[in-house]
Amino acid sequence: MTKAIASPPRGSNQLQLSPSLGLIVGVVILLICLVYSVSLGAAEIPLPQILTSFTAFDGSYNHLIVQTVRLPRSLMAILVGSSLAMSGALMQGLTRNPLADPGILGIESGAALAVVATIFLFGSSSLSVLTVAALLGAAGTAILVYFLGSLGRGGATPLNLTVAGAALTALISSFTTAILLVSQQTLEEIRFWLAGSLAGRDTDILLQVLPFIGVGAIAALALGKQITTMSLGEDVAKGLGQQTAWVKIITAIAVVLLAGGSVAVAGPIGFIGLVVPHMVRFYLPTDYRWILPYCAVGGAILLLVADIAARVLLKPQELPVGIMTALVGAPFFVYLAKSKVKK
Amino acid sequence: MKLDGLVVRSQSISFQIDRRVPPVLLGLGAVILVAIVLNVGRGEYPIAPFDIVKTLLNLDTGNPDHAFVINTLRLPRTIVAFMVGIAFGISGGIFQGLTSNPLADPGIIGINEGASLAAVAVIVLFPSVPIYILPLSAFVGAFLMAVLIYSLAWNKGSSPILLILIGVGLSAIAGAFTSFLLTFGQIEDVSNALVWLAGSVYGRTWEQVFSFLPWLIIFVPLALTNSRHLNALNLGDDIARGLGSRVEWQRGLQVLVGVALAGAAVATAGTIGFVGLIAPHLGRQLVGTNHQGLIPTAALLGGGIVVLADLLGRTLFAPIELPCGVVTAAVGAPYFLYLLIRNRQKSSL
Amino acid sequence: MKELSARNLSLAYDNTTIIRELSLEIPSGQITALVGANGCGKSTLLRGLARLLKPRGGAVYLNSSSILQMSTKEVARQLGILPQAPVAPEGLTVKDLVAQGRYPYQNWLQQWSPRDEKIVQQALSITHLQEMSERSLDTLSGGQRQRAWIAMALAQDTEILLLDEPTTFLDLAHQVEVLDLLYELNDRGRTIVMVLHDLNQACRYADYLVAVKDGRIFAAGTPDAVMTEETIQAVFDLECRVVRDPVLGTPMCVPIGRKGENKSFSRSV
Repeated sequence: MTKAIASPPRGSNQLQLSPSLGLIVGVVILLICLVYSVSLGAAEIPLPQILTSFTAFDGSYNHLIVQTVRLPRSLMAILVGSSLAMSGALMQGLTRNPLADPGILGIESGAALAVVATIFLFGSSSLSVLTVAALLGAAGTAILVYFLGSLGRGGATPLNLTVAGAALTALISSFTTAILLVSQQTLEEIRFWLAGSLAGRDTDILLQVLPFIGVGAIAALALGKQITTMSLGEDVAKGLGQQTAWVKIITAIAVVLLAGGSVAVAGPIGFIGLVVPHMVRFYLPTDYRWILPYCAVGGAILLLVADIAARVLLKPQELPVGIMTALVGAPFFVYLAKSKVKK
Repeated sequence: MKLDGLVVRSQSISFQIDRRVPPVLLGLGAVILVAIVLNVGRGEYPIAPFDIVKTLLNLDTGNPDHAFVINTLRLPRTIVAFMVGIAFGISGGIFQGLTSNPLADPGIIGINEGASLAAVAVIVLFPSVPIYILPLSAFVGAFLMAVLIYSLAWNKGSSPILLILIGVGLSAIAGAFTSFLLTFGQIEDVSNALVWLAGSVYGRTWEQVFSFLPWLIIFVPLALTNSRHLNALNLGDDIARGLGSRVEWQRGLQVLVGVALAGAAVATAGTIGFVGLIAPHLGRQLVGTNHQGLIPTAALLGGGIVVLADLLGRTLFAPIELPCGVVTAAVGAPYFLYLLIRNRQKSSL
Repeated sequence: MKELSARNLSLAYDNTTIIRELSLEIPSGQITALVGANGCGKSTLLRGLARLLKPRGGAVYLNSSSILQMSTKEVARQLGILPQAPVAPEGLTVKDLVAQGRYPYQNWLQQWSPRDEKIVQQALSITHLQEMSERSLDTLSGGQRQRAWIAMALAQDTEILLLDEPTTFLDLAHQVEVLDLLYELNDRGRTIVMVLHDLNQACRYADYLVAVKDGRIFAAGTPDAVMTEETIQAVFDLECRVVRDPVLGTPMCVPIGRKGENKSFSRSV
């Protein structure tokens, strides 16, 4: 299938801690970030008050801010970060493409076009409609990119997929732009979302996409063993008796649920899916049963930190978090392209 | 057997081009003239082709409005479309030749993004800046991008594949900054910038024509006279070096020309995507891979494509006007698909 | 006749030195083959000789002048190089490729002189490609394609021709076709230097054999002198018997291998 594979399966020599211990450490870090994220904002809210808003909610202004504004936003960051990271890991494992990421391969732009088109055609639609639109857009683009990429010389190589993704992104975003041009109102409604942002998200939205992302995440975690085998190459996996067609289909569905769901709530946030799996693989052997949960925790931490940075850096102005992740992630992509892709 | 080519020789001059080149160029020229006349005639105030030709030749048509509508409103935008297309066509031909990659295009390797970022920055941050600054700033942006790509991907002559991947990465960085500007700019400026980003010749005047013209006058002849060297570079670094080409220097010059044309074009009409991809390809179908014939053919094809795209964008959903960048992208993507499929069939031989 | 030689040549990629202080005289008018194990530096040496790689130390000389001091076009008129497995751009026709060989002779006024045309014709006819001159390279067979690249190097009209593994990716019949062509060119007076993988082919076609090991010349001379069981043991770390080629009488290497060892063991018992 793919020729220019980069990440060779690592031996387990880098593993010092037991994997479960590392995961626990990760969760602790995540909790610390979560508390910091919730305490951050225009109003100073002390830590005890934050805690009492959970244990003894009294309806006070501060409690309301924590429960309805800050907590949902932070949870959203965790949800979106972990699902993007997991979808990136799935894509990298399945296509053996070190550069795979839902943003780079155009899946996010497809979801974004679907959302913009829905708003343009039907006015401000309910979130459930937009979520379904984003999922459909993501699925359509994923299929198209894979189809286009595998038609190129040498099959679905990293280069073919990346170039197909880039070209399709160009096409899709020109359609998005066309819609925004025709309708200034759509533009007004959506431009912050389009840059990728977690601002102004409430619990409703969270609950709306949770089922999709949840199913995707469970499927992803369950696929760990199969993806590990697939990352040795499709032919090898077949030789080991794996039903590769099914694994591919289920993985693709999981990717679409995870990535599409994320875009529906937060707009296109790039590079989380690229960066996190690579960072995780620095510490872990190529065993996706561990890589996937690590990615979930790592992605959550990364996006939470990026969101904190987006809120703090230009206070009181707030940056769309998608810009933050692109600024960190794109140089990393360049580094990967330089070091990992065989010429 | 004789080598099939058109040979021009005198005492100290000799020159050879493919036989197909002159008729193709003439044919294209004719098609473009017709397209320009059609484009000028279309609109809320239709003008008959005959009257257009008369007005262009400065003859009286008996209707004083004609001169105004044609000379002030429609002709400059059509000419801008034509000029921009020439620039994108040549630039695409150069980058495809340099990278030996049929999918390379100033848009795909990130040059256009750099130009866009610089120009959007100027539009959003300094809305009152005079128009001729735009090509300059876009050129600087494109040039910085090219330098970055070159230093990251081309040191010690590394591969064309890397070039494209690095371009994708750097585009993302530039794109992030661009969307940052779009998020925080005044909504009117952002709207302006968006029209411009989608690639459009809407509302372009003689001012744009004349601020763009010097770029064409300098860099098109450079591209044409250096196309011989592009032929050598096209065979790969080792072969070119073995043939006695000063590879790094020649490539630097080619990149400079390609970047300058793409940057100035982006500054004038925004990113009109896929023209740099399509024009050289069609050109190869028409006149073969020799760049001495290919570059001028790609130039005219590019010009024709943008003029036609503008015509289509204006007429398809009239009175709503689609930017020609959207039209070229809609045509370009299927073409891209076609290229990929054809590549596969070739490789299976 | 032009003499190509290297003196104290050191070559490196990044910080890894491949060739150390190597000196070599290429015999004029003969076929020289560079042989050695994978990664021994034979291809690097060839690239160095063709100034595709700048030396870290020492120099390559054409007659008495260092090729780095000469203009690169000047070198290109005396020395042609065909790298390993070159890839032609899509759709390039044979005649366009071969015409590129005239690049070092052209300038922006003289782009297609009568001499250019004549030499390109000759190159096409020597390589038997006249019939295919209008076809694009990607429609040719592997052997034809390699002949087209050689024709381009011929159009360069140089006395010396360097080739890096001209037979890779070709089946046996096409390998022989290409080597026969090179033999014929040598017969017409060209000096040929090539990297070859197949020792037996090297012995058949080369007048002068250079065995490279770890970036140094281990042995050089006629195939009869170089191709000994001891040299092959040292250069390739391979036990073998050297027998005579039944057709040409040149030395021929027959590896022993584990199976051969067992056999000779059981026989001796």
